[in-house]
Amino acid sequence: MSTVEHKQWSARVRESAEKNLPPEQLLPDEQPVYVHSWIYVFGVLTIAAFAVVLASGVWLSLEGPTWWHTSKIGLFVNSLHLWSVELFFFFMVIHLWGKFWMAAWRGNRSMTWVTGSIAFLASIGAAFTGYLSQQNFASQWIASEGKDGLNSAGVGAFFNVLNFGQMFMWHILLLPIVLGVLVVGHVLLVRKHGVVPPYPVEGQAAFDTGPEAVVDVGASSDDEGGAS
Amino acid sequence: MGAISMRLGEVLLGAVVNLNHPAHYFHRGWFQISVANLMVILLMIVVFILALFLPFPGRRVQ
Amino acid sequence: MSTAAAGFARAHKRDHRHVEAWKGGYRPYDLVKEFVVALVVVTLLTVFLAVLFSSPDDQPVTIARWARADAKDFTAAALSELNGTSEVAQYGPPYNSTPDAAQKIGPISLQTIPGVRIPIDTATDLVLNPLQSVAGDNPDLQAALSQYRSASPQQQAAWTTAYGKALDSATVSGGQLQVPSGDYGPVAVIMPAELALARSGGLDGALLATKQFYQTDYTKPILFISGGSYFEDQASAHNLLGEQWGMMNETGNWPGQPWLWLYTFWYQVPPFATSGNADALIWGIMIVLSVVLILVPFIPGVRSIPKWIPIYKLVWRDYYKGMAAR
Repeated sequence: MSTVEHKQWSARVRESAEKNLPPEQLLPDEQPVYVHSWIYVFGVLTIAAFAVVLASGVWLSLEGPTWWHTSKIGLFVNSLHLWSVELFFFFMVIHLWGKFWMAAWRGNRSMTWVTGSIAFLASIGAAFTGYLSQQNFASQWIASEGKDGLNSAGVGAFFNVLNFGQMFMWHILLLPIVLGVLVVGHVLLVRKHGVVPPYPVEGQAAFDTGPEAVVDVGASSDDEGGAS
Repeated sequence: MGAISMRLGEVLLGAVVNLNHPAHYFHRGWFQISVANLMVILLMIVVFILALFLPFPGRRVQ
Repeated sequence: MSTAAAGFARAHKRDHRHVEAWKGGYRPYDLVKEFVVALVVVTLLTVFLAVLFSSPDDQPVTIARWARADAKDFTAAALSELNGTSEVAQYGPPYNSTPDAAQKIGPISLQTIPGVRIPIDTATDLVLNPLQSVAGDNPDLQAALSQYRSASPQQQAAWTTAYGKALDSATVSGGQLQVPSGDYGPVAVIMPAELALARSGGLDGALLATKQFYQTDYTKPILFISGGSYFEDQASAHNLLGEQWGMMNETGNWPGQPWLWLYTFWYQVPPFATSGNADALIWGIMIVLSVVLILVPFIPGVRSIPKWIPIYKLVWRDYYKGMAAR
C-alpha cells in the first residue's frame, strides 16, 4: 500500500473498521463456552422488540396520527405498538439486571454499559413523547403534569410537552434516530470486546488464557471499567 | 364463511379481555400500585429468576 | 507479578481486540438464527397481547365538554384567568415573569434561566382576545370588552372579586349560570359570553387559531383546561394524580409505565410530598441517579456489588464446574 493511500480518510476509516471489527468478529459463528445461560437471550429479545416497535410505528405513520381513533385496524396496530413497547422495556430491564450482576463492564467494556444505560434513559424519553402523541385524555393529562417537572428544570421552555407537533416529531424522528445509533453502537461494542468472561476463580488469571494459565493475579483490578 | 371470518376479524381487532373499566389497586398506607403494574413487575422478577436457574440447552462447557 | 502475568499484561495492552484474551473453548452458535427466532417469538407475543387486551383510548376533555358538564367550575376557572389569580397566571417562566414563582433547588432556580419563552397573558389570550374575535355582531360585548380593557387594574380587580364571591352562590338552570346581581361592571357581560362561547365549541377553536390556518400547538387550551377542577377530577378517577403514584398508571386496567416507579416514588414521601419545590428537587435527584447509573463502571464500591452478592455464580455455574473438574 502506498503512503498516499494511508493519508486518505477513506483508507483510514476502512482500515480502522477492518482492524476493530474484522468480519469473523463482526458476525461470528461461535461463542465462548461460558456463554451458556438463558440470561444471555434478553439482549436479542430487546432488539427484536425494538424492531416490532419500529415496524408497528411505521404502519401507524402510513395512516397518520389520528387513524387509530377512528379505525378498528388502526386501534389494533396501536395495540401492537403499545404491547411491543411493554415487551421492549420488560426485556431491556431484565437484560440490565443480568448485565449488572455479571459486572459486564469489566475488561474495558465500560462504554458498552454507558451506551446501554443511555439507551435505557433515551427509551424512557421516547416512550414519554409517544404517550404525549396519543391525542386522547391520557396525553392531555401527561402533558399538563409533565410540564411542571420540565419547567422547573428550565427544560420546558425549549421542550414544550403541550406542543403536539413538536412532541410528535421528537417521537417519530429524533428519538428513533438517537436510539438507533445507541443500539448499533452498543452491539458493535459487544462484538469488538466480546462477551464479558466470568469473574475469575481464585488463583486464575483475569481471563482464561488456556488450561496452563494458573497465575497469581495479586490485587484484582478486574472490577474496574476503564476506558475502551 | 365470509360472515364467520368477518366476525372473527372483528373479535380479533377488538379486545378479548375488556380492560376498559376502573383499575384495581393494591394499597398499603401511602404505597399504591395498580394490579396490572404489579403483575408486570412480579412477572419480570419471576422471569429473571427462571433465566438464572433454568438449564440452557446445548453441550455443557467442556 | 509473575512473568506469565507480566507477559499477559503486555500482550493485553498491545492487543485491543479483547476477545483474544479468552483462549478457552468456543462452541458454534448461530447469531442470525437466534435473532430470527427472537423476532418471531416477540412478534407472536405482541400480536397475542394486542388481540387479548387491545389498548386504551379515553376521549380527550374539550373546553366545550367541560363548560357543558360544569358551568360553575368553568366560569370560576375563566374568571381566575381573567384576573390573573390562576395557577398559570402565577406560574412564572416560561409562561410569564411572576416574581418568586419559579421553583428552586437550594438557591438555584433553573426555571428562570431561559426566561419567558412561551409567553401567555391569561387575561388576554384566554378570555379577552377569543371574545374579541366573536364580538363583531355583538355591540354589548364590544362595549363590555372596551370598558374592561380601559379600566384601571384596581377597578378590574374590584369587579372580578365581586363576581367571584357571587359565583359561590350561583346556580345553573337551562345551561345558563344565574349569578346574584351586584356591581360587576362589564364582567357581568364578559363571563356569560365566555361561557356561551365555550359551550358552543367556539372557544376550543379560538384558542388554537392564530394568524395561520393550521395548528399543532395545544399550549393554550391545555393550560386553560388544567385550571379547573373538572380535568383533575377525571384524572383522579383514573388514579393519575401525583399523590396516587399517577406517573406509573394508565387509564383503565392496562399496565402503565412501571419503569417510572422511582420517579413517582419521591412525590409520595416527605419532604417532597408537601414542598413547593418538589418538581425541581425530584428532577435534580433523578438526574443525579441517572448519571450514577451511567457511571456505574467507574464508581468504586458500586461496581463491586456484583462480586459481593454473587448472583454471577448462577450465570456461570457450568463454567465454574468445568474449571473445577480440570
